[in-house]
Amino acid sequence: MASIEILNVSKTYPGSAARSVTGIDLTIRDGEFIVLVGPSGCGKSTLLRMVAGLEDISEGEVRIGDRRVNDVDPADRDIAMVFQNYALYPHMTVRENMAYGLKNRRTPAAEIEARVAEAARMLELGPYLDRKPRALSGGQRQRVAMGRAVVRQPAAFLFDEPLSNLDAKLRVSMRGEIRRLQRRLGTISIYVTHDQLEAMTLADRLVVLNAGRIEQVGAPLEIYHQPASTFVASFIGSPAMNLIDAELSGSQLRIGGAALPLDAPAPAQGPVTLGIRAEHLHRAASGLSFSVDFIEELGAQRLVHGHVEGQPLTLALPPDAPVADSMVIAPAPGALHFFDTASGQRLGAAAPAPRAKGVFA
Amino acid sequence: MNRVKPFDHLVLILGTIFMVAPVVVAFMTSTHTAADIHMNGLTLTPGGHGVETYKTVLTRQGGFTGQVTGARMMMNSLILGIGFAVGKIVLSMLAAYALVYFRFRFATAMFWVIFTTLLLPLEVRIMPSYQVMSELHLLNTYTGLIVPLLASATGTFYFRQFFKSVPDELLEAARIDGAGPIKFFIDVLVPLSKTMMAAIFIIMFVYGWNQYLWPMLMTTEERFFTLMRGIKQILQVWIGSQIPDYNEAFALAVLALLPPVLVVVVFQRWFIKGLTESDK
Repeated sequence: MASIEILNVSKTYPGSAARSVTGIDLTIRDGEFIVLVGPSGCGKSTLLRMVAGLEDISEGEVRIGDRRVNDVDPADRDIAMVFQNYALYPHMTVRENMAYGLKNRRTPAAEIEARVAEAARMLELGPYLDRKPRALSGGQRQRVAMGRAVVRQPAAFLFDEPLSNLDAKLRVSMRGEIRRLQRRLGTISIYVTHDQLEAMTLADRLVVLNAGRIEQVGAPLEIYHQPASTFVASFIGSPAMNLIDAELSGSQLRIGGAALPLDAPAPAQGPVTLGIRAEHLHRAASGLSFSVDFIEELGAQRLVHGHVEGQPLTLALPPDAPVADSMVIAPAPGALHFFDTASGQRLGAAAPAPRAKGVFA
Repeated sequence: MNRVKPFDHLVLILGTIFMVAPVVVAFMTSTHTAADIHMNGLTLTPGGHGVETYKTVLTRQGGFTGQVTGARMMMNSLILGIGFAVGKIVLSMLAAYALVYFRFRFATAMFWVIFTTLLLPLEVRIMPSYQVMSELHLLNTYTGLIVPLLASATGTFYFRQFFKSVPDELLEAARIDGAGPIKFFIDVLVPLSKTMMAAIFIIMFVYGWNQYLWPMLMTTEERFFTLMRGIKQILQVWIGSQIPDYNEAFALAVLALLPPVLVVVVFQRWFIKGLTESDK
């Protein structure tokens, strides 16, 4: 029964005044798949590397199981890591690559043999065991890197953007493989990525990081439907959530010169940032007048880019929906998110997940 | 791509002739007798005394003490060349490893100190080095011949650059795999450096092989004579009406050429193999 606790962890790089990672608190339960997601430079890799022991922890504490590991060597932390560029030893065969960590731990040869064989079977690497990494494709190399982690039977897998070097198609299938493998082994996984799609599809829980701080922690859908801030709202989901300047007055929402009635009590009054998902907008008899700039056809849906009252807005419509140069649109009920204009923080109680109209139904 | 380009070949052939001609002349000339050479100069045609000249050169007990043969000199040169090459590779790899992978104060300053010594030729410090060896009573020993020249700025520099090009993730993966500094060096860096080692071996072997001034200073006993000194020795005997044994000098020169060529041929293969096989 393993768990990882990250207690108020901060990182300050030597010679830099500002913290790169600030006050992270996170408890990871046994078997959980945690994805750290954020734009580049948000500190997600630094955090992962602090858990791995590759970076010193400036402040706070990391506990793996019931051990404080701040001063424990990476090798003794009972973790295994998969790197973006795989970091396979180029002069060793696949078998040697997987066995190296075990050999250094003086695991009996018979057991190494068994574990490597098992990992190779699981990852379908059997035919490649005696090849060198250079004779493998990117996806196979990535599987070897995962095999190297699996044979160790660690308390946690750490993934540092493992799929970034693969092409789009392979990424999708490897994503599935990673998820399947983790399900099967039930090992804690911490996965760093900047790709929100990867984050959404893999995570049990998502941790959205921005500028070294946690913006929001939650299940993917929770975060999708109830973003805690404009940052999360714009980062998670594709196309990004529409964010427009609006004003709440009484029970009305004003956008420029247009006004919409609110179907729920207003969480605040005065200027706010209105957030609304592209798929929660649809044509209506009355509402906002929307003028179309251009259309992106995605097959399953079409993204209509345009503007309302001079503010850019994107609609996701079913592919067969008629589109006119200017349309009247309205939001789905309960699909409005309000954020503070200054801090970007969510205003009011979390809205219930709205029913999507048409598109994904 | 595969079109035959006559001009390219012409350039190649001319270049080859230019480089090989002196060697051919030396070899051909060495097959004549000394008197022949003295009268007729260098030749391009084979003479009839090749086998006996080479036999003499390799086995005749020469020198003042009558102890030193060509084979002995060749062995000394080999000891010097291999000692230099191996020692320099070991030493400069260790130095570069420390410089690149260990955090200690003044590491960069240290590197620049080492780097600037690149600019100083051996001759600048030859007297102090001699002094040190003399006080340590290491004159006329192989240790004295080899050790003072082992520190290599060139080698350290090359290995440092190479180690810097090794991805950091490899070190990190090794750390997670439980490899300590020594294990990482032996299990990962040394195998990865094979090509680099081959390149440096070639350079340093030839450097050691061709040393002339240094062995001459460090050793006075003839049993330490190297081929380079042997050649010189042969040409130094203007006594009375005696003429130098040009043929033997040429034979020695040709013999002196062989081991470096061999080293290059052998290591080149390894070198190129390593280059083409290396990952990314």
